[in-house]
Amino acid sequence: MNSSALVTSIAGVLAAAAPVLFAVIGETISERAGVLNLSMNGMILLSAMGSFAVALATNSVVLGFLAGAAIGALVSLVVTFASLTLLQSQVAVGFVLAQLCRDLSYFLGNPIMGKVGPRISQVPIPGLERIPVLGTILFRQDVMTYLSFILIVAAWFFIFRTRPGLTLRGVGERPAAAYIRGANVNRLRYLYAAIGGAIAGLAGPIYSLSIKAGWKGTISGLDGIGWIVLSITIFGGWKPFRAAFGAYLFAFLQWLGLVLQPSLPSVPSQVLQVAPFPLMILTLLFVNIGNAEWVDRSLARLPENVRRDIVRVLRAMNATPPAALGVPFEKE
Amino acid sequence: MQVEVRGITKCFGAVRANDNISFTVPSSSIEGILGENGAGKSTLMKILSGFYSSDSGDIILDGEKVTIDDPADAIRQGIGMLHQDPLDFPPFKVIDDFILGKKGGLIPNRRAAIREFNELATRFDFSIDPESYVDTLTVGERQQLEILRLLWLGSRVLILDEPTTGISLPQKEKLFATLKKLASEGMTVLFVSHKLEDVEALCNRATVLRQGRLVGTVEPPFDTKVLVEMMFGKEIPQEPKTQLRMGTTVLHAKHVELEGIRIQIKNIDLRVRAGEVIGVAGMEGSGQILFLSACAGLAQPVKGSICLDEDEKDMTGKTYHEFRKKGVVYLPAARLEQALIPGLSLTEHFILSEGMKGLFIDRKKSEELAKSRISLFNIKGRPDSPVESLSGGNQQRALLALMRDPLKLILIEHPTRGLDVESTIYIWGKLKERCARGTAIVFISSDLHEILKYSDRVLVFFAGRVTPPLRASTLTVERLGRLIGGKDWDSIETEVSHA
Repeated sequence: MNSSALVTSIAGVLAAAAPVLFAVIGETISERAGVLNLSMNGMILLSAMGSFAVALATNSVVLGFLAGAAIGALVSLVVTFASLTLLQSQVAVGFVLAQLCRDLSYFLGNPIMGKVGPRISQVPIPGLERIPVLGTILFRQDVMTYLSFILIVAAWFFIFRTRPGLTLRGVGERPAAAYIRGANVNRLRYLYAAIGGAIAGLAGPIYSLSIKAGWKGTISGLDGIGWIVLSITIFGGWKPFRAAFGAYLFAFLQWLGLVLQPSLPSVPSQVLQVAPFPLMILTLLFVNIGNAEWVDRSLARLPENVRRDIVRVLRAMNATPPAALGVPFEKE
Repeated sequence: MQVEVRGITKCFGAVRANDNISFTVPSSSIEGILGENGAGKSTLMKILSGFYSSDSGDIILDGEKVTIDDPADAIRQGIGMLHQDPLDFPPFKVIDDFILGKKGGLIPNRRAAIREFNELATRFDFSIDPESYVDTLTVGERQQLEILRLLWLGSRVLILDEPTTGISLPQKEKLFATLKKLASEGMTVLFVSHKLEDVEALCNRATVLRQGRLVGTVEPPFDTKVLVEMMFGKEIPQEPKTQLRMGTTVLHAKHVELEGIRIQIKNIDLRVRAGEVIGVAGMEGSGQILFLSACAGLAQPVKGSICLDEDEKDMTGKTYHEFRKKGVVYLPAARLEQALIPGLSLTEHFILSEGMKGLFIDRKKSEELAKSRISLFNIKGRPDSPVESLSGGNQQRALLALMRDPLKLILIEHPTRGLDVESTIYIWGKLKERCARGTAIVFISSDLHEILKYSDRVLVFFAGRVTPPLRASTLTVERLGRLIGGKDWDSIETEVSHA
């Protein structure tokens, strides 16, 4: 592969990671508030189909994207309502919704199958696009990919640098302590679940109005991404920059599968297609290996300086979830 | 601020947790609220701090009747509450915890907040790094952080719920000095406790509750006997300490070196003999739990070895499961989180711990077993009571009832933390019964009286160092307190080298 093809491929990986990034950051915000939205897989499919349908009917990609966000927020609010108001299990409701939304998208999407509709295109940024290498990688993308870059920084800034972001973390960590500090725990959980759902919902139209434009039902190739999104949220330790790294890693692994296929004809193509999934699991295991008791046990006998360094690395990699994730809050 | 409650009544189902309680606390004073577990202290304080609303009765602040909607509203009106388990955010930085809840602009001014935090901390002689993480602080420091936070938010009434539980003696002294200083500056302090000595040492007055009712208010000088009678209705006799003879070796820790997250302890040498009680003292977080865990295979020593039995079988690197097979049990302080299974009944706990044979549960037999243990250990609960519905004292009794018999070694964290006098005496009675039958006990406690009263020998942990085992009969509360605070260590070394 020559160098210009490589640069184009890197640009392609960044664009392919954009929907995953939106979904992961959305889920991160929701989970930071304590709401576990497991419906992600079906929700992405439904918002992909729904936003394409809206864009097709109105011939407006903007309305398509808004529809995607609205579907995301709505599905997320169903989980939140079932959990916070009806006190049902977030896990159970999330799973059911994941299946329901997926089948609903296939069923309702039948009339628009295979139709050609509007889509967004690349908007090179004048001037910046001419920077060698970086220009192609960063500045010849579509609007949503640019927004995905901004989203990482904005989400990080909001969560870790602002007062509402601090309260958001508090609500997911220890709602009782946030409550005595004046936070309306359930209202905030509804709010951030809706915001997180809306952001994640944009993943759908990024596929159906850009990367994989159109709606192709069961062969859309979107089924399964939502589950990866949930695991990247964990891998990302509920931190936007780490989550972004996970999203890019996943997109990179998928791209690698495509590239390697011609040079490895003996390997069935299905193997390379699914390879990113077990690889993500392995990465997850590796990142959180410091939690395991046997690691502690085997490390204890290593020489002190070696152990110190290993322990430091393991601890830095390790991520603890918001303590109240999935737990409804009730005042006494 | 003057705090007055008038005719407060609060019922939970059929239980009258507070029954027509009225009293007034003037400003600039420290009021002790005494009572045993379940007397209604916590309920009353939760009403004052906005957690509950009372069924009837009024709260009057500085002569004005107020309604308190929620805890945040209580703070707005000047009432701050320090909970027994500080309601803070363990994984957060101290300064983030401090800022959360303070009203202000979108982006908090961290630099200004840090400056104000440091100013307040200096005023009370606290040394907490605002950039450190809350979960690296001791319980005492977390209390200090909460006090600073409540002051920063403008509290003029401070309610403290059992604040001396789980903190070391020096931290307790600092807390008392702080509260006295606050009271002298006009603060009203409500000090909730079931520890008589704390109330006697600190308070300007004591109000005693029993079974949801106000029994009376006592002015100093306090007469312990009178207070005990008000709290319990009768004085509980304390058993005299009996001297036990030493048996064979049960546990031998040889030159053990341990490493925790922020702590390193070298050269622990301890030989525990059958029937012996070893008390482990020290400021919370000085490595006591790490040492106890190592003795049960729950933590790994980086050097040295842990041996069991008279033949000194080397158990280093073995799991807790293997220690258990050798007759070692570990009882953690977090009873409900680490020792019992919330949601399961007492019967189900007995079924699990007895390891009954067969695929199906013999309902009748297991219920009979549960019933007999419940009466044997005097647990207030039924076989089908879920463990989380029991009070702390009864949970501890249940844990003792669950332990297999015979055992060689019981390792126990804070055996009587948060329990009232009656349960404390009962628990130790049961433990001593075990000792008489040859079980050795190693226990951690921050209650110095408990350490001195029940131990044969004592280990003191301080800043990575451990004393050799000291005879409890040669120690006093003052001396032990000084050792825990890091004083007089040189004299120990000379003492031991001359021995």
